[in-house]
Amino acid sequence: MARIGVFVCWCGSNIAGTVDVEKVREEAAKIPGVVSAVDYKYMCSDPGQNSLRNVIKEKNLTGVVLAACSPHMHENTFRKAAVKEGLNPYFVEIANIREQVSWVHEDKERATAKAVDLMKMMVEKVKRDRPIEDVRVPLNKKALVIGGGIAGIQAALDIANGGVEVILVEKEPSIGGRMIQLDETFPTLDCSSCIMTPKMVEANQHPNIKLYTYSEIEDVSGYIGNFKIKIRKKTKSVVEKDCTGCGECWNACPMHKNVKSEFNLNLSERTAIYVPFPQAVPLIPVLDRSVCLHYKKGGKCQKCLDACGPKCIDFSLQDEIIEETVGAIVASTGYDLMDTSMYGEYGYGKFKDVVSGLQFERLLSASGPTEGVIKRPSDGKTPQTIVFVQCVGSRDPEKGVPYCSKVCCMYTAKHAKLFAHKVHGSQSYVFYIDIRSTSKGYEEFVRGAMEQDGAVYLRGRVSKIYEDDGKLIVKGADTLSGNQVEIAADMVVLATGVLPKKGSDKLAQMLGISYDKYGFLTESHPKLRPAESSTAGIFLAGMAQGPRDIPESVVSGSAAASKILGLFSKSEYEVEGTIANVNEATCVACFYCQRVCAYSAISRKEIKDRSGKLIKVVANVNPGLCTGCGACVNACFSKSIDVKGFMDDQIYAEIKSLAV
Amino acid sequence: MKLAYYPGCSLKGTSFEYEVSLLKILEAMNIEVKEIPDWNCCGASAAHSINHNLSVALPARNLAIAEKDGFESVLAPCAACSNRLKNAAYELKNDDILKEKITDSLEMPYNSEMSINNMLEFLIGVVGKDKIKSMVTKPLAGLKVASYYGCLLVRPPKVMQFDDPENPVTMDELVALTGAEPVNYSFKTECCGAINSLSKPDVVMALTGNILYDIKKHGADLVVVACPLCHSNLDVRQKEIERKYDEKIGLPVLFITELLGLSFGIDPKNLAIDGHMVAADRVLKKIEGLTNQQ
Repeated sequence: MARIGVFVCWCGSNIAGTVDVEKVREEAAKIPGVVSAVDYKYMCSDPGQNSLRNVIKEKNLTGVVLAACSPHMHENTFRKAAVKEGLNPYFVEIANIREQVSWVHEDKERATAKAVDLMKMMVEKVKRDRPIEDVRVPLNKKALVIGGGIAGIQAALDIANGGVEVILVEKEPSIGGRMIQLDETFPTLDCSSCIMTPKMVEANQHPNIKLYTYSEIEDVSGYIGNFKIKIRKKTKSVVEKDCTGCGECWNACPMHKNVKSEFNLNLSERTAIYVPFPQAVPLIPVLDRSVCLHYKKGGKCQKCLDACGPKCIDFSLQDEIIEETVGAIVASTGYDLMDTSMYGEYGYGKFKDVVSGLQFERLLSASGPTEGVIKRPSDGKTPQTIVFVQCVGSRDPEKGVPYCSKVCCMYTAKHAKLFAHKVHGSQSYVFYIDIRSTSKGYEEFVRGAMEQDGAVYLRGRVSKIYEDDGKLIVKGADTLSGNQVEIAADMVVLATGVLPKKGSDKLAQMLGISYDKYGFLTESHPKLRPAESSTAGIFLAGMAQGPRDIPESVVSGSAAASKILGLFSKSEYEVEGTIANVNEATCVACFYCQRVCAYSAISRKEIKDRSGKLIKVVANVNPGLCTGCGACVNACFSKSIDVKGFMDDQIYAEIKSLAV
Repeated sequence: MKLAYYPGCSLKGTSFEYEVSLLKILEAMNIEVKEIPDWNCCGASAAHSINHNLSVALPARNLAIAEKDGFESVLAPCAACSNRLKNAAYELKNDDILKEKITDSLEMPYNSEMSINNMLEFLIGVVGKDKIKSMVTKPLAGLKVASYYGCLLVRPPKVMQFDDPENPVTMDELVALTGAEPVNYSFKTECCGAINSLSKPDVVMALTGNILYDIKKHGADLVVVACPLCHSNLDVRQKEIERKYDEKIGLPVLFITELLGLSFGIDPKNLAIDGHMVAADRVLKKIEGLTNQQ
């Protein structure tokens, strides 16, 4: 005989303001099987939980219904309390009378009636609850980090230093990401490569890190603790173990004028066999077959091989597919800059001296195409006047994106400072909408750009840039003085907005994690679970989640690492037991369930007799992958699948309780 | 396809040259258009700053009449007219409540299926480049022509869906078809000052002056436009601007239809080229000289 306790929470005035909680309690007491009905101001508080436990003990309850807030909030709290009194956690049901009643209705009488209905339904459900055991999944204690920028490197190092093996996969020929492209970093002006290269080297040499550069994730399957990964290691046409990185090959390559350097953002050329930059890690060249004469001219050119001492260039090498099994994944795929071709009025791509912020970084960088001397692309002259335009694409819902790219205010101030430091007597102008400089030392840094380094800040947008007598004329508004301004500049730097790395949406689909409409990977909870993706075992780090600066990327890399180390500190991973369950006796093996399962959780299982003869084939649910969504239950023709905790008889009883 | 023609007020008044030349080249190309009967004001410049419903209802009435008469496509050569017609059509297509309100007050149904073309869209899209090219009997090779687009043909881009709003090229393509050389310059879509011409002529002279001097600097012989208001500012104000800035401009401003007409070999008199404030005589002589050379 069921002995049910109903607990009605006021949630202060959150529920009690709109729902007559006493009436709900009175109605609960009338239901057959309900042996106790109480209401209390805050059920989630310690005294509230204690009263719950006391009633379970005193009345020897077989089930508990809480008419309270969403189960997302406190289901776990109440389950834990019930477990302490020896009840199976799945004998606790929540009727959500806050988010689904008091917060969305105004009429107290009708809201109360709805709250009573929801409570009644849960009473009928809990009467039919069966004990459910949580599922335990074994863990492969090895992690995969996708993307070798600062966030990914930080995550990989932290995990590796925790004693766990890491596979670090990077698409480009070298790790280092965007950070290694930067010149100096705000607000301390320390040189980016000076602080980045030691980390890159450490990642490469760490005994617990296996590094795959020039490699991409080809396929991901499996689930937390047991992800099966296929990595395509694109061929570099170089036998890596023999290569010394001496550079004879790229010095010998005849293709030194025709291919734009991706690393220098088209501001210089590279050879067909190349390292993207001198400090590349690993220092092993990559042969770009799409431009190499050897492949274009039927094998005639092999100047690189002739020059190579250890003869480690092999034109016949092919891509390799590497398979790995890992227990957890970090997605730190980074960002791209927005294409500003929609700003025809700024002439990016048309005027050579209109460059992006990242291109300007390369012009500032000592390892860049101008060896750190600022020279404008059109004629190589050092500019005396530069106009910086902020928010190109950012904060512009019409043409770009509505969000703020977060780093541009700071790096523009940095550019203005570095320009003043490198070209004495020069003048910079910055067009801005607002200045966003909210971290430690940031506001002082921007003020320094204005006050010490003389950058003129103009609050307003640029309407047009055009060429006139070798100058770029920048027309804009200064909204503080109310004037239209025109500045004749030698160069213009556009602070182009930040977008997720191209292709990160495809990777997200492969991983089965969610992303927003721009393609940024979304957190499981924006505030409380910022390192976790929507899928168990997959964590996020860096700009892949949205615009952020270097310190924040480092923090997020470390956060993802600590989550993984925490996960791996246990021997097994526990999954909620509310998953699909197949009745093998009635299953007819039509596998419609397999077709509708979004999580690939259903496989074929052969049932054999003792002699090994096949008796029948049935559907089989992988508990590590099943989320209990119930799609298979609806698809099943023979009614052979149920989701534990949501059995047909329970649902019918809930509906029936409404009809009475 | 039955083509409706919506002239609007300008083509019947200040910009009669536009209509004369337009009808002439259509006749030459054997393309028939029919004026929408009992058409009314498109509401440009005034209605949309006073009353939103009115700004949709005025153009909607013209579209509804065209639809009732079995037209599928409307040619609105005036940039302001085509802008208002397109805006109204866009709003009616995307807002069922507004559509009900407007059709109720018009007491006419409207299905939102009408395709609306500005002059350039019509020439490139409906007539087609091949047809135009085949009509060119007096190629204008050697003539340098700057196309000025103004704002109304391309903005707002979401509604107009026409060309690149910051760097449009359609008119330059038409210029190239005549054999003339399109001139690249910086202010193709810069504001000419529009109707401030009446209330703040100083502003208009400064803005229009910028455009004209830039075109001059880039070596054009003349300017072509596809908007009566652009034409009025660039042509009618030109003498005043020259006086104000004490620098000669002397750029004839023609409608694109007039330039096409010239390349089709139509007599300039029949294209009403003598109707402009800045005389085109020198340019016409140059054309004569050029074509004689060929």
